[in-house]
Amino acid sequence: MMENEIDRELLEKIADMLGKPVGAFNIRKDSGCDGRQSTEHIEITSKTDGKSGIDIRVKDGTVGETCHIPVIITKPGIEEMVYNDFYIGENCDVNIVAGCGIHNCGDQTSRHDGVHTFYVGKNSRVKYTEKHYGEGDGKGGKIMNPQTVVYLEEGATIQMETTQIRGIDSTKRYTKIVCGKGAEAIITERLLTHGDQVAESDMEIVLDGEDSKGRVISRSVAQDQSSQVFYPRMVGNAQCFGHVQCDSIIMGDAKIKSIPAITANCTEAQLVHEAAIGKIAGDQLLKLETLGLTPEEAEECILKGFLA
Amino acid sequence: MLELKHISYSVREGEEQLDILKDISLTIDDHRLVVFTGPNGGGKTTLAKIIMGLVTPTSGQILWNGQDVTNLTITERARLGISYGFQQPPRFKGLTVRDLLTLASGDEKLSKDKCCQYLTRVGLCANDYLEREVDVSLSGGEVKRIEIASILARNSQLMIFDEPEAGIDLWSFARLTETFEQIHRTGKATMIIISHQERIISLADEVIVVGDGTIRHRGTAADILPQILADTLGGCPVLTKEVKA
Repeated sequence: MMENEIDRELLEKIADMLGKPVGAFNIRKDSGCDGRQSTEHIEITSKTDGKSGIDIRVKDGTVGETCHIPVIITKPGIEEMVYNDFYIGENCDVNIVAGCGIHNCGDQTSRHDGVHTFYVGKNSRVKYTEKHYGEGDGKGGKIMNPQTVVYLEEGATIQMETTQIRGIDSTKRYTKIVCGKGAEAIITERLLTHGDQVAESDMEIVLDGEDSKGRVISRSVAQDQSSQVFYPRMVGNAQCFGHVQCDSIIMGDAKIKSIPAITANCTEAQLVHEAAIGKIAGDQLLKLETLGLTPEEAEECILKGFLA
Repeated sequence: MLELKHISYSVREGEEQLDILKDISLTIDDHRLVVFTGPNGGGKTTLAKIIMGLVTPTSGQILWNGQDVTNLTITERARLGISYGFQQPPRFKGLTVRDLLTLASGDEKLSKDKCCQYLTRVGLCANDYLEREVDVSLSGGEVKRIEIASILARNSQLMIFDEPEAGIDLWSFARLTETFEQIHRTGKATMIIISHQERIISLADEVIVVGDGTIRHRGTAADILPQILADTLGGCPVLTKEVKA
């Protein structure tokens, strides 16, 4: 496990892993299993229905445990479709750390399509962190298409933090969360594109249950000639509260399209959306220059803070 | 020592040339507290911005500690010990108060204790503010006080404050004037404060009245305050007319 420097660096970048993680984990490398550990409360097994991927089962009442399930691709030409299903019991409080890193030095495309489905039991809290990163100087594309579908039962909560760090040539994200009674979904999306990269994020938050809440905070930076499209949608089917906030910084010759949509199917649904696209404000740069930063350092500092 | 020699600044508006600053020369010795005051649009902020490098003069020369800084960038001047507190500071999504103070201090490991000292001096509690983003969730007065705290953290030789009192409540204002007084008393920095507040003007070693792009008066607070009052009230034709009627 984690034999070389590339593996180690990728795993640190995408899952903050330094050495063997504590608790349950599954490391997928170049379409194979590079290490797996279940614990008393979290069981990880390979899929038995012929699909590639794993099932993660978290027992009722599991509190304070973390499960790491990173994916790394280090060989050019690997294209995979992976299904990971999470069955979270009732009254749990767990962290799931996913993430995918591609190192491609060849001319063939590397692609990871991951479908994650969460079934979160009553009154459970899940923090789900997912980071995507690509590197390597080959001509081969680095492509990731993640799908995340979450079903929250009564009183359940998911806090989902997704970050596209850099280096992903093409991504098409799909996120769907269905909230039951009193359930809450908080999604924080961070996305950076550069060069000729393209990114599309399609999100649907369905507030089905009474007193459910949804909050989407999306921040992105598009540099060079890259392009981004966002479709965050919030649907209120009951007495609920939903808020969608999309902010983007546009640079160079980039293009950004943001199309938030809110739909109320109940008079008690309260939904808000905000979307803003703009370049870095001149007065922000000037302020940081008066603190001794060069214009380049000031720009980097603003972007780093914005995407933190 | 700061020396401004024959500073002029003009802009073009269509066919017309507007002279914002007209041949201003002045010298400010080390550790002095100097207040720029005068009517709105008179050129105070432009003059202060020229010192920081935020505005480039049409002609003239700026010397800081004997070095000609006229053609230096903002960054270079900042690194030579000049700092500037903006009248309307920008907000930053994602940058926290701690980030800003850390950047200002130049010390990557700036302690919470230090941050607390800077914030207390502008009437803010570190526990409430340190991890908050300097974004629209903060009021104008809060952002303004954080801006001043960032200048205190910068701890530079020349501190320029553009209307530090604007948007600040009375209680915090009292704290702020104490802070200016303390910096002045300990002789740690030269301060240029743009202000209309009598309380701040009375702290000054020297008051410079800037109006219509020129220095109208220079002197101590005791000399200048009566003249300011005479200029602002006595000089108003509408008021004079009303009194006569």
